Amino acid sequence: MKLIVCVKQVPDTSGVVAVKEDGTMDRAAMDTITNHDDLAAVEAALQIKDATGCKVVVISMGPPPAEGMLRELLARGCDEAVLVSAREFGGSDTYATSQILAAAIKKVGVEEDDIILCGRQAIDGDTAQVGPQIAEKLHVPQVSYAADIQVEGKTVTVKRLLEDGYMTLKVQTPCLITCVKELNQPRYMSVGGIMEAYSKPYAVYNFETLKDDPLIDLDTIGLKGSPTNVYKSFSPPVKGAGMMLEGAGKEACEKLVALLDAKHLI
Amino acid sequence: MDFHLSKEQEMLRKMYREFAQNEVKPLAEEVDEKEMFPEETVKKMAKLGMMGIYFPKEYGGAGADVLSYAMCVEELAKVCGTTAVIVSSHTSLCCAPIFENGTDEQKAKYLPKLCSGQWLGAFGLTEPGAGTDAQGQQTTAVLDAKGENWILNGSKIFITNAGYANVFIIIAITGVTTDKRGRTKKEISAFIVERTDPGFSVGKHEKKMGIRGSSTCELIMEDCVIPKDRLLGKQGKGFNLAMATLDGGRIGIASQALGLGEGAIEEAIAYTKERVQFGRRISQFQNTQFQLADMHTRMQAAQFLVYSAAMKKQNHEPYSMDAAMAKLFAAEAASDVTRRAVQLFGGYGYTREYPVERMMRDAKITEIYEGTSEVQRMVISSNLGVK
Amino acid sequence: MSEFNSRDTAAFKGVWVFCEQREGAIMSTSYQLLSEGRKLANDLGVELCGVLLGHNMGEGAVKALGGYGADRVYLCDHPLLETYTTDGYTKVICDLVAEKKPEIFLIGATNIGRDLGPRCAARLHTGLTADCTHLDVDVAKYKEFLKTTSTIDVDNTVFEENTNLKMTRPAFGGHLMATIICPRFRPQMSTVRPGVMQTQPYDEAGAAKTVIDRVAVQLSKEDIHVDVLEVKKAAKKLVDLIGADVVVSVGRGISKDVAKGIALAEELADALGGVVGASRAVVDAGWITSDHQVGQTGKTVHPKIYVALGISGAIQHKAGMQDSECIIAVNKNESAPIFEVASYGITGDLFKVTPMLTEAIRALKASK
Repeated sequence: MKLIVCVKQVPDTSGVVAVKEDGTMDRAAMDTITNHDDLAAVEAALQIKDATGCKVVVISMGPPPAEGMLRELLARGCDEAVLVSAREFGGSDTYATSQILAAAIKKVGVEEDDIILCGRQAIDGDTAQVGPQIAEKLHVPQVSYAADIQVEGKTVTVKRLLEDGYMTLKVQTPCLITCVKELNQPRYMSVGGIMEAYSKPYAVYNFETLKDDPLIDLDTIGLKGSPTNVYKSFSPPVKGAGMMLEGAGKEACEKLVALLDAKHLI
Repeated sequence: MDFHLSKEQEMLRKMYREFAQNEVKPLAEEVDEKEMFPEETVKKMAKLGMMGIYFPKEYGGAGADVLSYAMCVEELAKVCGTTAVIVSSHTSLCCAPIFENGTDEQKAKYLPKLCSGQWLGAFGLTEPGAGTDAQGQQTTAVLDAKGENWILNGSKIFITNAGYANVFIIIAITGVTTDKRGRTKKEISAFIVERTDPGFSVGKHEKKMGIRGSSTCELIMEDCVIPKDRLLGKQGKGFNLAMATLDGGRIGIASQALGLGEGAIEEAIAYTKERVQFGRRISQFQNTQFQLADMHTRMQAAQFLVYSAAMKKQNHEPYSMDAAMAKLFAAEAASDVTRRAVQLFGGYGYTREYPVERMMRDAKITEIYEGTSEVQRMVISSNLGVK
Repeated sequence: MSEFNSRDTAAFKGVWVFCEQREGAIMSTSYQLLSEGRKLANDLGVELCGVLLGHNMGEGAVKALGGYGADRVYLCDHPLLETYTTDGYTKVICDLVAEKKPEIFLIGATNIGRDLGPRCAARLHTGLTADCTHLDVDVAKYKEFLKTTSTIDVDNTVFEENTNLKMTRPAFGGHLMATIICPRFRPQMSTVRPGVMQTQPYDEAGAAKTVIDRVAVQLSKEDIHVDVLEVKKAAKKLVDLIGADVVVSVGRGISKDVAKGIALAEELADALGGVVGASRAVVDAGWITSDHQVGQTGKTVHPKIYVALGISGAIQHKAGMQDSECIIAVNKNESAPIFEVASYGITGDLFKVTPMLTEAIRALKASK
């Protein structure tokens, strides 16, 4: 059995967000992090590895500096890493991204008892689309929003989150599961793991590596192969500042309540 | 000297920082307030390989280097001085002397358990009558009649980790020698004592000004019997072993001081950017800016000294003076910087609502233990040949 | 599916809405989407169709879709469609799309919609825009929308005239808004964020005249590769942020005493007749469950009163609450960005201010 985990390096939008003059995000000026949901997928894989001794391969599509993130995942205990990176892949939307990642996963090899794990969604796009789309391209069943995963041989039982509860599903390998961050508490890198991170197998797949796969066609990948394009992007306006009340005592609170009352809000 | 960190060291720093922020910082106030030894944190650190950072994998270590260890203590100390000294004492004062002086059997027996954090280590040199004057030892060790066991008698005080340690390096007198001129001199040796050895007990727990969660106790040996093979290093070479051990320990304490100072600066920067007086954030006042500039400069200088000493130890170069300089400078800088941080916080800095008063209390000890600043000056000047 | 060609854009007509049901009950999101779809269908002059998959659905529930605007309901009834499965629903929907060729297909961005949408889009080889908050086909209407929601100088900007679906969504945690189009493939698919589109009043006449088209479903057990073992509602009643008139949210400012901070927010919410929300930081720290989360990755709310206690106002939080009617912010830091969107602000410690505010509200209510 082998576990293939798809991860993405994303700008850390929880901290200071740098916006360029033209209103687009200044990615270079921002810290990058491993997407939270993806870390949950990695942790889920490592827990299965702890229990079964299986191999964990992490795979990411992104620019060359994403190597740092992949090395950190090797330091957490993953066994192999693949960076999918090429100019031809740039500008891909979720459809095109899933074509490329599916081809890369096929290159790694999907066997009978393998499981592919993804994070539910990435915080930079929040689309939650790439996981299910990879599953479709690989013709394997998917279970999204996993909050619990139990593996027994080739049978995987997943608790799938719904807004108002959950659904328990049973699925056979090979399959794809998308994980939510509530699934687990990701482990830290270990000192020993860090010392091994740069000696574990690490591969870069570029256009040449994947071009023979039928999924990889200049017409179905990259900016040109993406069905969706940006029509306009814009920044939301800053709302005019309201009224700051004097002080923070009883009087200020009473005044505020009176104002709300006058507006019939209470 | 190359101060560029390797990719692994950069990654380690990030990992230490994440661990310190998420696991250590939230407990720091309680550790101090309740004098609570952070047992759970030690278990977590053990799992991550932080209790044997620079020892080889064959002994259960993580296979990293001395600088990586120094950085670990530094990052821990930024948020909790207590947690930092637990790692420092365990690593430098117990694992290191066994690794550097132990027989193959001793290393095989103790290091895997110590490096994996299954066992905690401590070091006993100081006695009521022998602090800075380490030659003034009273604890004795004598071989029994059959020559099979050592019998230890005496007591040690101010022993870090004592209440929770399983293994202790104990310095004791094994005889008296007379030199050519007829002067007598104590023959000092080192031993490995286990907590469960008969006649060994842990005594009074000290109440301290700072690093209040570290378990600082007295060790009592009353006809404590240990097998002959517990002698660590050669008989009569215990004083040198102790001094060499403290050289390494000073890198750990210097790192602790470094982290405390840096942690206080981080707190002060965040606070002064928030606190408003006279209608302005206090970070906008030149006094604040200059204070922080001086504080940072001092800690940066300290960092160079500490890292340089760590690298020299790693490269097996003489580093005794370097470690002494690092500890002297970092400790005095930490005391100064934490005190100034409290001042920048004003009244709030004096309250326990903010961590800087704790950092100030914690920092003071770094000028005292594992050789006071005066001892460091003695080491440095004697290395300069000034007698 | 074999003859299906998503590039033959001219062959596609009509607006579809996936009408999600759980245990036979239609989700309210479906009504919101039908109301929105109605507008798009009117602008295009085409039919609006609801697509309902289930088993033994009540006549009333099906007709109701017409009451919210559907001209036609494609009813796909099959025992295997009673409970949602990715495989079963994807197959039936893709078969139907291939046959009927709609130009627009809207799906609610629920946990199920966001599972189904991407799988269908990948199979149909078309684009899908996730979690949209605004839709337009008409450029003039789109420009009107931009005038109030963007910093773009609309009148001096060139817009390409077309009737492509303009799907607007927040990106990068709400720091940017992006309008996405899918010009070369059909259907143009979008998942739409629940709670954002307004449901139009129910129309009896519409319900009466809606056409119910019973679809001959081709589906067998072999098509479905998962077994649903059970579906369970959460034992704890989840907080209904979207439906609440008042939301009192807590942020990182409660870190000093988490339990007390939440208790104070609960008391204030209770006095105002509202519920407790939280920022992402509070949820990420595990101080409160994720059903309380307001913001880009949480829920979008527009209550009458939104109280932000100790919330700095990261843009991704603002994205989820800035359209509230009245925003009250309490924060120690006078330069916290939350004050930029607040109607009323108090600079102070939430632990001190909140109880006084609760007291003042109780006093006012007692005097009435």
